[in-house]
Amino acid sequence: MASPQLVMYDEEFKQINIVIDKLLREANAKVIFLVDKNGQLISGVGEVERFDTTSLASLTAGNIAATGGLAKLIGEKEFSILFHEGEKDNLHISIVGGRVILVVLFDNRSSLGLVRLRVKKASDELTIIFDGLMKKAEEKEKSGTTDFPFAEITDDDIDNLFS
Amino acid sequence: MSFINYASREINCKIVYYGPGLCGKTTNLQYVYQKTAADAKGKMISLATETERTLFFDFLPLSLGEIRGFKTRFHLYTVPGQVFYDASRKLILKGVDGVVFVADSQEERYDANIESLDNLRFNLDEQGYDLDKLPFIIQYNKRDLPNVMPLDELRKDLNLKGVPDFEACAATGEGVFETLKAVAKLILIDLKKGS
Repeated sequence: MASPQLVMYDEEFKQINIVIDKLLREANAKVIFLVDKNGQLISGVGEVERFDTTSLASLTAGNIAATGGLAKLIGEKEFSILFHEGEKDNLHISIVGGRVILVVLFDNRSSLGLVRLRVKKASDELTIIFDGLMKKAEEKEKSGTTDFPFAEITDDDIDNLFS
Repeated sequence: MSFINYASREINCKIVYYGPGLCGKTTNLQYVYQKTAADAKGKMISLATETERTLFFDFLPLSLGEIRGFKTRFHLYTVPGQVFYDASRKLILKGVDGVVFVADSQEERYDANIESLDNLRFNLDEQGYDLDKLPFIIQYNKRDLPNVMPLDELRKDLNLKGVPDFEACAATGEGVFETLKAVAKLILIDLKKGS
């Protein structure tokens, strides 16, 4: 398969939220999202309820994919940072550990410089967590121990979804 | 590639609707959107040109309910069908869990179907996927039109591996949910095997 499956456990989920919560405060941001490159929302902190997070995740991933395509055309590996400037709100989008996308939404109470600085630090911390997560998933797969509930599902379970 | 979140007890899967230009991929999604209860769907996003041709993708998030305490969510995407948008099509296939190929049953679109199916196989291969190993469904759309090819002939040329296939008329909704259910089911069975 193209890329290993992303699995999120409670422990790492908490660690990730601590890091992005801190980033939210230190960068004076309004909201922060972490999105998988395939467009799945991993987590969000701040004024999350104000946004359609699912759409935001999918469009961010589409955006990163499209600019990634552009990068390859001109011989770059990827553009690791995107910045969109609006009248009030701005979006700082960056790739963390080559796998996930960190989206920071901020207004004039913060600045691009501050966001860049804080994002850099948080990215390093997130990279370590995600590396650990990938390793954990690989080890679980190798040892064959899985707490994945789907092994036990029956055809009836699946059919019930559509009834 | 599905995303399993133990923290929020969710499973997210990605379904891509593929096919030649104007075959009805967006119409499939629009019908699903119209007929789904408000609490089970998110906003449908269409990145389209002024003439309503898909430019990048359509996106529709659906939640189907719970299996063994896990919420199952499906993200439905369409690709732009026109030949020259190939670069965009490749991007949308990233992380795909299941594919629906929407064929245009009209005689004059026969070549376009074949070309698009070849393109699908090629683009998946480039991303490291094998179409024969992915959950895959074929839908023969526009069966209500007068100039359609007989089902047998379409099957013979498009469904070489005998995957589940459905006749449809996406504009009226016939066959749309049957197709979606079939691919969702294949994905869940695939996940079960994978575990």
